[in-house]
Amino acid sequence: MAGRMVDISKRWGFHGVEALKNASPGYKMLMGLFALLALAGVAVGFQGMFVGYHHVYGVTRQISWGLLISTYIFCVVTSTGLCIISSIGHVFGGEAFMPIAKRAVFMSIMFMFGGFCIIFFDIENPFRMAIWNVFSPNFVSNMWWMGTLYGMYLVFMIIEYFFLLEQNHSLSRLMGFFGLVVGIAAHSNLGAVFGMLHGRPFWYGPYLPIYFIFSAAMSGGCAILFFTTLGWRINPEIMNQRMERAVKAVTQVTIFLISVIIFFTIWKIITGMVSEGKQLVIMSFLTGDYSINFWVFEVFLGMFLPLYLLIRSRGNNFNLILTATGLMMIGIFFMRYDIVIPGQMESVYHSLGVVEEANLLTYTPSFHEIMVSLFGIGVIGLAYFAGEKMLNGHQLEKHEIVPEGGYICPGCGAIHFMEEGETEEDAMKRHHRIW
Amino acid sequence: MKFPKINFDNLKNEGTESVTAQERRKFLKLGLAVAGVYAGGKILSLTSIVGTAHASGGGVDLVKRYPYNPHYSMVIRQSLCIDCEKCVDACKSTNHVPDDGYRTRILTKKYSGTLDKQVEFIPVLCNHCNNAPCVRACPTRATYKDPVTGIVRMESKKCIGCKTCMLACPYDARYFSVERRAVDKCDFCWEERLSKGETQTGCSSACPTGARTFGNLTDPDNIVYKLVHQLEEQVWVLRPADDTKPNIFYMKGNMRSVDNILNEQKFKFSAPQKS
Ligand code: SF4
Ligand code: SF4
Ligand code: SF4
Repeated sequence: MAGRMVDISKRWGFHGVEALKNASPGYKMLMGLFALLALAGVAVGFQGMFVGYHHVYGVTRQISWGLLISTYIFCVVTSTGLCIISSIGHVFGGEAFMPIAKRAVFMSIMFMFGGFCIIFFDIENPFRMAIWNVFSPNFVSNMWWMGTLYGMYLVFMIIEYFFLLEQNHSLSRLMGFFGLVVGIAAHSNLGAVFGMLHGRPFWYGPYLPIYFIFSAAMSGGCAILFFTTLGWRINPEIMNQRMERAVKAVTQVTIFLISVIIFFTIWKIITGMVSEGKQLVIMSFLTGDYSINFWVFEVFLGMFLPLYLLIRSRGNNFNLILTATGLMMIGIFFMRYDIVIPGQMESVYHSLGVVEEANLLTYTPSFHEIMVSLFGIGVIGLAYFAGEKMLNGHQLEKHEIVPEGGYICPGCGAIHFMEEGETEEDAMKRHHRIW
Repeated sequence: MKFPKINFDNLKNEGTESVTAQERRKFLKLGLAVAGVYAGGKILSLTSIVGTAHASGGGVDLVKRYPYNPHYSMVIRQSLCIDCEKCVDACKSTNHVPDDGYRTRILTKKYSGTLDKQVEFIPVLCNHCNNAPCVRACPTRATYKDPVTGIVRMESKKCIGCKTCMLACPYDARYFSVERRAVDKCDFCWEERLSKGETQTGCSSACPTGARTFGNLTDPDNIVYKLVHQLEEQVWVLRPADDTKPNIFYMKGNMRSVDNILNEQKFKFSAPQKS
């Protein structure tokens, strides 16, 4: 047994529970905090399940998807995003992105798992789901595809991660590719879960499936930066020249993607203002109940501030990147919330002009919903901090993942490729003139 | 299929120019044989359709048959509703609807500046859509369209409680029932009444004014058939733009013409079961 542990430790960079024991007291406290959150959340969740969700959740007949679905979406968007951004490197061979792969795939799995933890307490009969999803599938239901595709996605990501640890480069790349394809299908389909509801003009249309993909990529970039720079604060040794270059590359991509999302948001607002079905909701973003969510969290924290800070960081001021992406994660959470809840605010009978539905519907998350969301977040946080220690900051111990024909540059630590008849030195010179 | 006392060939063309071909097609697709319904917000009357059909040499194919038999349907004569909510109570007791839920409700519409009336009541319930968004949305086929009657029903044991159908329904007709551990909705009283041989639903038989008339749309002698297949009064459906092909029809229902169509059946209380 012990022999095998050593073996795994060497190959996988697995430091075991020992590493946790050696962590600083502050680190242990932080982990304890997340563990407590997760435990408290799961306890409150089961208590809610026991007394009946309708007593303890804030969702109603008309606003039947609340904070839990929002947090679930936050988790799966981030998960898909991590997969998309990391695949630039280890699936499509974008050299600069390669070093982030292990941490990204690990966190992608954890976010997906956290999302499932939350949805478990949202669905009224989660156990029936396992049975009837299989025995009575509805192939035209987006919801069915969501469960199925995300399930497959999780499996692919886990296999991919295994091969990443094994450093079986070609198989991890293959699985990464399948994971990406299924992930994108799953995620755009999640947009379609909303986008294909006729009676909900705020959601209806092809906007959401498309937006979800770009938005996921943005979240993914943000999450990679956040978790990598946080990892650097935990253990500065994880930064080497390769990693620095990767962070820089991801920063650039993230800046670009924030701009794309700003563009999406502007047009959502402008087109929404002239649409009969959306106008009320859009106005509540601009000046009404959701204006703080929208302007402060979504626009300022989620987009403009991180855009400014990331540009200023030039991709190498890690503290600034950490702050920017940390705030951005909060902003992104509100972006998800602002998709889910406002889409249900206008009653389907509002347009009939009846007294009962003259006002927009309201929703406030309940204590139970907040705690169950924190259960998911706690699980993810715990997994992250445990992962940083036990998996040695997601560094590779023995081999590096080096594609065919490449080698690790002794100067910068990046992977370089030699051309026909070139020596390593020539190749290095050639590369460094460009970079 | 025979139409009651309407001679199509003598009807005047009411100006088909104002109705585009697309709208006509939409109208035909609503699953109706003939009716003056709102389609996409515009009023389309039978005259226009028939006129076009004749003008183009019978090129427009009227939907001749309803997709279900019996094709259950409800016509709501809006002006007759007095908001007594006897139907809501009857529905609750018939179908064991919990206090915090409802399968049907009465909406209130207020008018100002009108001379005849200031308020109107609009009963709403599941429309048993022919093109039901809830059925498409359900991941486990826990909600389904009955192939015989067209009633949209629930198979509670399959419901995972994801609530997608509640959001998919454009008529707010569904709620999660804790007692059933599943989403619950109007089933035209299939389980409690129709399947036991009754011909009326709880709500329609409780309605003292005949605002709710329930029946079989495929039977020309049935009251709902008569109410839908007439020209004098507009018949419409709620949210036609969602293209759900609803089976709850609305009309004002207080005109003499309706009285005439219904012949011996009384204006105020139609005694629908006699039809
Ligand atoms: S709540 Fe039940 S009936 Fe509704 S979509 Fe989900 S599984 Fe189907
Ligand atoms: S009214 Fe709603 S619940 Fe009824 S069939 Fe249509 S979509 Fe389904
Ligand atoms: S038809 Fe039956 S179930 Fe439907 S609203 Fe009327 S009483 Fe309730």
